[in-house]
Amino acid sequence: MLKDITLGQYFPGETVVHKLDPRTKLILVVVYIISLFQATNWISYAFITLLTALCLKLSHIRARNIFKGLKPMLFIILLTAVLNIFYTTGTPIIPGWPITWEGIARAIQMMLRICLLITGTFLLTYTTSPISLTDGLEKLMNPLKKLRLPVHEMTIMLSMALRFIPTLVEETDKIMSAQKARGADFETGSLVDRAKAMLPILVPLFVSAFRRADELAVAMESRCYHGGEGRTRMKKLKFAARDIFALILGAAVLALMMFMKKLGI
Amino acid sequence: MSVIKTEKLTHIYSMGTPFEKVAIEGIDIDIPQGQLLAVIGHTGSGKSTFIQHLNALLQPSSGAVYCQGEDINKDKFSRRDVKWKVGLVFQYPEYQLFEETVYKDIAFGPSNMKLSAEEIDQRVREAAAFVGVDEELFEHSPLELSGGQKRRIAIAGVIAMRPQVLILDEPTAGLDPRGCQQILENICDYREKTGATVIIVSHSMDDVAKIAERIVVFHKGKVAMDGSPEEIFCRAEELMDIGLDIPRAAELAIALRREGLGLPEGIYTHEQLLAAILAVKEGSAC
Repeated sequence: MLKDITLGQYFPGETVVHKLDPRTKLILVVVYIISLFQATNWISYAFITLLTALCLKLSHIRARNIFKGLKPMLFIILLTAVLNIFYTTGTPIIPGWPITWEGIARAIQMMLRICLLITGTFLLTYTTSPISLTDGLEKLMNPLKKLRLPVHEMTIMLSMALRFIPTLVEETDKIMSAQKARGADFETGSLVDRAKAMLPILVPLFVSAFRRADELAVAMESRCYHGGEGRTRMKKLKFAARDIFALILGAAVLALMMFMKKLGI
Repeated sequence: MSVIKTEKLTHIYSMGTPFEKVAIEGIDIDIPQGQLLAVIGHTGSGKSTFIQHLNALLQPSSGAVYCQGEDINKDKFSRRDVKWKVGLVFQYPEYQLFEETVYKDIAFGPSNMKLSAEEIDQRVREAAAFVGVDEELFEHSPLELSGGQKRRIAIAGVIAMRPQVLILDEPTAGLDPRGCQQILENICDYREKTGATVIIVSHSMDDVAKIAERIVVFHKGKVAMDGSPEEIFCRAEELMDIGLDIPRAAELAIALRREGLGLPEGIYTHEQLLAAILAVKEGSAC
C-alpha cells in the first residue's frame, strides 16, 4: 500500500523529451505554467491542452500514469470546481438557482487548468532522473551563489531526500510487519489508540534514519566530499541544438498565448 | 501430528499490474510438531515470502495455510490469533526495538495479548533467561546495547509470547562466530525445554548442518528439495547447480574422496568427518 507513492518517480526512456537538457526542461516548465495562466478562453485552453497532449505523445508516457498521479489531487480539483459553479455570477440555468452557465464554464476551465498544471510538472519528473534534475537546478540557481546562498548544499540535500524516499518506504513496511508479528494492531481502536500504535513504527524508523544519515555522511567524507567548492562533474550539462530549438518554441508559445489573451480569444 | 501445513500455497506480488511477480508457487509442506526445520535458498527464492504466510502477515493469492488443522486465513480473528501461536523473528530484528527499556520491549508482545501483569512479568523473565539476557539489563535502554545483545532482546520479545512455532529469518546474519554459536544454542535450548517447533531460514550451510532435522530447499519460488540433512547434502552437485553452498565438512569430504580416500557417503559435520578420517587411518594402520 505504501509502495504506491509516485512522488518523484522517473520512467527511463530514449525520447527527445528525455534527452533534453534538464535546465531546458526546468525553464520550459516555468514558461508552460506562465502560458497556462494566460489562457482565458476556450480556444486558448484547447490550444494548450493540445500542446500538452503532443508533449506526452513525444515522451511516450502512458495516459494511465498521468491519471494515477492526478488521483491524489482529485479532492482539490473537485472542490475548486464546485466552488466555481456556485460562486460565479451570470445567467442562471434555471431562474432563481445559484448555478449559472458562466459558473459551469469556469468550473470546467479551472479543472482543466489544475490538471494541466499537474500534468506539466509530471512531464518533467517522469522524463528527468532525480540526479540530472538537481544538477540542472543547481546550474540554474548558480547566480544565487553570489548572494552567498548555499545552492550546492541545497540541491544535494534535495537529491538525497529523493534518493531515500523508496528506502524509507521499504523500511517502514518491514518494521510494520515485524510489529504486527508481535501482535501490534494498527487498524482498530479509537483515534488516540491508533496514534499510539504508530509509536512502535516511528521510533525504529527515526533511529534507522539517523543511522543511515550517519553512515552516508561517513561514506561521503571517506570519498573526500567537502561541499561544492572546486567540485568537477563527470557528466557536464551541455546545451544541444534541440535545446535551443525547444526554448525558442517555448518562447513562441508564451508570446502566442499572451497575444491571444490580449485579443480576448 | 502436523502443526503447520500448506496446500498449493501461491503468492503473487502486485497482481494485475505490470510489476506482477510470482514469489512462491504451489508449496505443499507439512511440518510435524517439535521438528527443527531449516529453510534454505537463494535471495529471491521465495523463502521470506513463504515464512510470512505462516503467521498470516501475507495472505496467499491461492492455496491455504493450516495451523493445527485450522485455516489461519478463515477470518480476522484467526489471522490475529495465529500470531500468538506462530512467532516470527524477522531478519535483523534489532532494528525493531523501540521501547525505553529492555523490559518494556520484551513485554510488548505479551501485553498485546492482553495478559495480566503477573503473567507478563513471568513471561518476560522466562524469555530473557532463554536468550541469556541478564535481568540487570532490564532497566537499560535497548538502543545503548551491543548488536548481539539487541538481537537477543528482539528474539526474547517473540519468545515471550510463548509461540508453539518459532520462525527465525537469518538469526545469525551479521554476528561474529561466537555470537552465532550462542544464538543457535539458545534456540535449541528453547526448543528442548518447550517442545516448540522451530523453523530457521538461513544462508549458512554450516549452521544448518549442525542443528537441522529436516531441510527444505527453495529455488525460484518452488520447493526444490525436501529431506533430512543426509539426503540433502548427498545431492551436493544439485545444490551447487542452483547456486547454494554445501557445508565445509561435506566439501572437504568430497575433495578427499576424489583424491582416493575411502570415506563413506553422507558426511556433513566436522565431527562426522573427523570420525571418518580417523576410521580410515586406523584401517590403513592395521
